[in-house]
Amino acid sequence: MDQKPLKKIDIIFGWDDKCTPIQVVEKTIKKTPENIILDMIDSGLKGRGGAGFPTGLKWKFCRNEESEVKYVICNADEGEPGTFKDREILDKVPEKIFAGMTICGYVIGAREGYIYVRGEYNFMLKTLQQKIDIFNQQLHDMKVDFHVFLRSGSGAYVCGEESALFESMEGKRGEPRNKPPYPTVAGYNNKPTVINNVETLVYTSEICRMGPEQFKALGTNDSRGSKVFSVSGDTPIAGIYELELGMPLRDFVDEFGDGDTKAIQVGGASGHCVPRKKFNDTIIGFEGIPTGGSMMIFNSSRSMYNVLHDYLEFFTEESCGQCTPCRIGCQQLLKGIEAVKKGERPPTYLDDLKRLTATMKIAAKCGLGQSVANPFTSIVDNFREEIIY
Amino acid sequence: MSKYMVNLKINNTPIQVEEGTTILEAAKLLNFRIPTLCNHPDLSVAGNCRVCVVEVKGAKLLAASCATPVSEGMDVNTNSEKVRIARKHIIELLLSEHNVDCTKCFKNGHCELQELASEYRFGDHIFIDLVKDRDKVRDISSPSISRDASKCIRCQRCVRTCDELQSVSALAVVNKGDHQYITTFLNKPLNDVVCTNCGQCINRCPTGALYERNYIEDVWQAIYDPNKFVVVETAPATRVALGEDLGIETGVRVTGKMVSALRKMGFNKVLDTDFTADLTIMEEGTELLTRLKKALVDKDDTVKLPLMTSCSPGWVKYQEHMYPELIDNLSSCKSPQQMFGALAKTYYADKINIKAENMVVVSIMPCTAKKFECNRPEMRDSGFKDVDYVLTTRELAMMIKQAGIEFDKLEDESYDSILGESTGAAVIFGTTGGVMEAALRTAYEIITGNEVPFTNLNIQPVRGMEGVKEASIKIKNTKPEWNFLEGVELNVAVAHGLANAKQLMDAVKSGKTNYHFIEVMGCPGGCIGGGGQPIPTSAEIRKRRADAIYAEDMGKTIRKSHENPEVAEVYKEYLTHPLGHKSHELLHTHYKVRKRY
Repeated sequence: MDQKPLKKIDIIFGWDDKCTPIQVVEKTIKKTPENIILDMIDSGLKGRGGAGFPTGLKWKFCRNEESEVKYVICNADEGEPGTFKDREILDKVPEKIFAGMTICGYVIGAREGYIYVRGEYNFMLKTLQQKIDIFNQQLHDMKVDFHVFLRSGSGAYVCGEESALFESMEGKRGEPRNKPPYPTVAGYNNKPTVINNVETLVYTSEICRMGPEQFKALGTNDSRGSKVFSVSGDTPIAGIYELELGMPLRDFVDEFGDGDTKAIQVGGASGHCVPRKKFNDTIIGFEGIPTGGSMMIFNSSRSMYNVLHDYLEFFTEESCGQCTPCRIGCQQLLKGIEAVKKGERPPTYLDDLKRLTATMKIAAKCGLGQSVANPFTSIVDNFREEIIY
Repeated sequence: MSKYMVNLKINNTPIQVEEGTTILEAAKLLNFRIPTLCNHPDLSVAGNCRVCVVEVKGAKLLAASCATPVSEGMDVNTNSEKVRIARKHIIELLLSEHNVDCTKCFKNGHCELQELASEYRFGDHIFIDLVKDRDKVRDISSPSISRDASKCIRCQRCVRTCDELQSVSALAVVNKGDHQYITTFLNKPLNDVVCTNCGQCINRCPTGALYERNYIEDVWQAIYDPNKFVVVETAPATRVALGEDLGIETGVRVTGKMVSALRKMGFNKVLDTDFTADLTIMEEGTELLTRLKKALVDKDDTVKLPLMTSCSPGWVKYQEHMYPELIDNLSSCKSPQQMFGALAKTYYADKINIKAENMVVVSIMPCTAKKFECNRPEMRDSGFKDVDYVLTTRELAMMIKQAGIEFDKLEDESYDSILGESTGAAVIFGTTGGVMEAALRTAYEIITGNEVPFTNLNIQPVRGMEGVKEASIKIKNTKPEWNFLEGVELNVAVAHGLANAKQLMDAVKSGKTNYHFIEVMGCPGGCIGGGGQPIPTSAEIRKRRADAIYAEDMGKTIRKSHENPEVAEVYKEYLTHPLGHKSHELLHTHYKVRKRY
C-alpha cells in the first residue's frame, strides 16, 4: 500500500535567532492594530483550545469594544485528559506566548495580560516567573505599556472554560457564566477580554514573525496551519508532535499506531471516539473532527466500556455542579451504563441515555456538559456490544 | 438615556420590547408562561436549573430564557419538540436527585418542583434514583429553620438570598460535580453558624429543603390541655398576609377574621402584639430622649448614639455576629413579642387570676427568627419561658385549615382586653420605617406638645421600599423641660434587609454620619416580607402588604402610641413609668457578642 508520510512541522518549538519573540513584538507593533487583525484573519488561524473560534475576529470584536481597561488572558488550564502540549510549550518556548499576548494587548488596547496556569503545573511557576520578569523588563525598556502576570489555577477541570476561568481569577467558585455577554464584551472583571489558548497565542506571534502566507500554506481550506498533538495510549512513540491540519486519520494511525489500533479518541475525554472502520474517511480538522490536540490510541486489548466508564466518572466529578443537565445528567449516564452492564436495565436503556445526551448537548450551561454527548454517543454507537456484555 | 426597542417573535407572535429585556420577561408580556426554578424576582440571575430553556431559530443551543436578552429579529419557540423533550428531561433529572416523599414533606402543596412534576405527569421515572443516604440527614439544630438536604435541587436561591439580600452567607455551595451541595461553614449545624434565622431562604426555596421548625402539634396539645390557659398574640404584619394562604387576595386585611379563627380554634384569649408595640414606643422613645439628654446636656461621652431599634431578632443576631462593637447602640428594649410574654405571665396572669405556670403564650409571627428569640435564655423574666411557642403566618394558616374553619366566611371579631388595644402607630411596625414613624409621632409630641409636622401624621420620608432611607426633623417650640433640644435637627435612618443594614452600619462605623436614631428590620420590606410570611414573595407582593398596613393605620381612631388607653392603664396599675424599675425587670434585655464562626 502506498503510504504517505505525515508532514511534521516545526513552527511552535522552532527558534529563530534572527527574530526572537521580543523582536517579533518590536517589529509587529510598528504596524497598525487593524493591519495585524487583517493578517490574523488572512492566516485563517482558529483557536487551538478545541472550540476553533477565528482568532482574528475575536481580537477585532474586543478591539471594537470601548473600555479604558481590557485584558489579555492566556488559557493555560490544560485539563483535558490526554493533552499535555501546553506544558511543553510553557516549558520550552514561553517567550513566544508572552510575545503573542503583548501583540494582542497592543491590538485590542490592553495593558495587562494574565497566564492562568493549571494548579498541577505549579512546579514550573518559579522558572516561568523568572522568564516573565525578563520579558517584562524588555517591554519596559522598549517603552511598551504591557505587563504579563502569572496566575495559578485551583485544580478544577471546568476552570478551563473561559467564563469559569474568569470567575476563578476573580476569587469566586469556578462556575461558568451565562452567555451572552461573551468575553470580548465582558470577561475578566467584566471588562472586554481576549482569552486564547497557549498554542493559539504562540501561533499569533509566529504568524507575525513569518507572515500569514507561510502559515496558511499549510493545512486545508477549513483548517489552516498546523497543530500540536499530544499522542498517548497504545503507541510505541507517545509524545508531542506538530502536524499539518486536515490529515486523514488513517495516516495518523499508520504513523503512530501499534499495528492493532481499535479506536482513537480524538480531542480528549470530551471528544469523539473513532473506530477502526472509520479511520479512512475521518479528517482531523475543523471540517472533520476538531481537536484540542489530544489523540488517545486504543488497541484491541482495551475495553471500551472501561474507557467510557472512566470518562463518565471524570465528568461526574468535574462538572461544576451548578446546572441540572450536567450535574445530574453525568451521574445518570455513569450509573446507567453500570446498570446496563449488570443487567439491571435492558440494553435499550442505552437509547434513553442517548436521548438524554442530546438534551445535555443543547441545554447544559457550558461546553463541559454540552460535550459529554460526544464520547458517549460515539462509543455507544460504535461499541454497543462492549457496553452491554 | 433612552433604550433601544427590539423586535422579535415569540411563538409566532411579534412583540417589541426594550433592549436588555430577557426572553422570559418578553414571553410573560405575551402571556406565555415559561416554567422556572432557579429564577426569583428578588435575586440575581443564575441560569443554572435550565428548566426555562427555549428554542431560538438558527441557534445550535437552547437558550435559558431567564438569562438570555432578546435581540433584533429573534424567533423564539417556547414549546417546540426540542424544548419539550429537554424540559421533561431536566425535570426528571431533578426528580431523580430529589427525595420525593412528598406526602411527608412540610412543603407538600407548596413546592415548585412538585407543581412542575404534576404539570408533566411523568408516570414511571426513567432515571435511576440518586438520593444518597448521606443527604437524608436533616438539620433540626435551629429553633427557627430546618434543612433537609435530600430535598435540595441546588438552584442556589437560598445561597443568593443569604448573600445578596442579607449579606450573611450562612449557606454556600461546596464541592463540585456529584459531590456538590449547599451547606454551612464546615458543615456545622445551622444553629452554630452566623445564620440570623431570618428565614428569607425559606421564602425563596422552591422545594422542602428549607422550612420553618414547626410547633403546630405543640400548640394543639396546649389548646387541648384542660389545665392550660392559652393566650395568643398576633404580630402587626400577619393580619395583612394571612389571607394569601387561605384563598384571599394579596393585600387584603383579615384582622377581624383572624381573631375570630383563633377564638374558634380554642385559644382562651386573643390578644395583640400591637399593644406591646405601643409599649415599645413608650420605652424606646424614652430611652432615646434619655440618651440624647445624657449626650447633649450631661456631655456624657459614654452614651451610645445613634440608638438602634431592637424589634427584629434577625437583625439583633446579625448585629451580635457582625458588628459586636455596636451592640451597645441597640436599644435595650425587648421586642414587642417578648414584652408581651413577660407582661402576660406577670401582670396579666395576676389580673385574670391565672397561675403563670399554667399559662401558655403563643405568638403568631411573620417571622422565623422570633422562634429563636423566644428560646433565648434572657427571655425568662417572668420566671417562666415568657413566650412558649412561635408560629409563622404559614403555620397559622395550616392550623386554620386543619380546624376546618372556612376562613373567608368568618365574621370580623375584636381582640380581647386588656393587652388587646392598639394604635395605628403600632400597626405600622409591620413595615419598614414603621417603628421610626411611630417613635417620631410620640417623641416629637412629648418634646414639643405638638404633633409631628407631617400631613395626617404620615411621615413620608421614612416610608417606601428604598433600601436605606434618611430623614431629618427640626425640633421647634420645645416644652421647657426639653429646651436643650430646641433647634436640634433630629437625624434618623431606616434600613430593611440585612444587606442594606450592612451598608448603613459600615457608614456608622466610618464615623461620617450623624444619626441619632436608626431603625433596622432584618427582612426586605420589614415584617411584611418576613421569613414566616406566605410564599411566594416579591417586591410587588410586599408593596401590597405594606399598603394594607398603612390603610389599617389610617383606619384607626388612635394613631399615636402614647394615646393608647390600655398602655396608660398598664403604666398606672403596674409599670409606673417608662424605664421604671418594673420595666427594666420585664421589658428590657441585654445582648451577647457572638463569633462569626
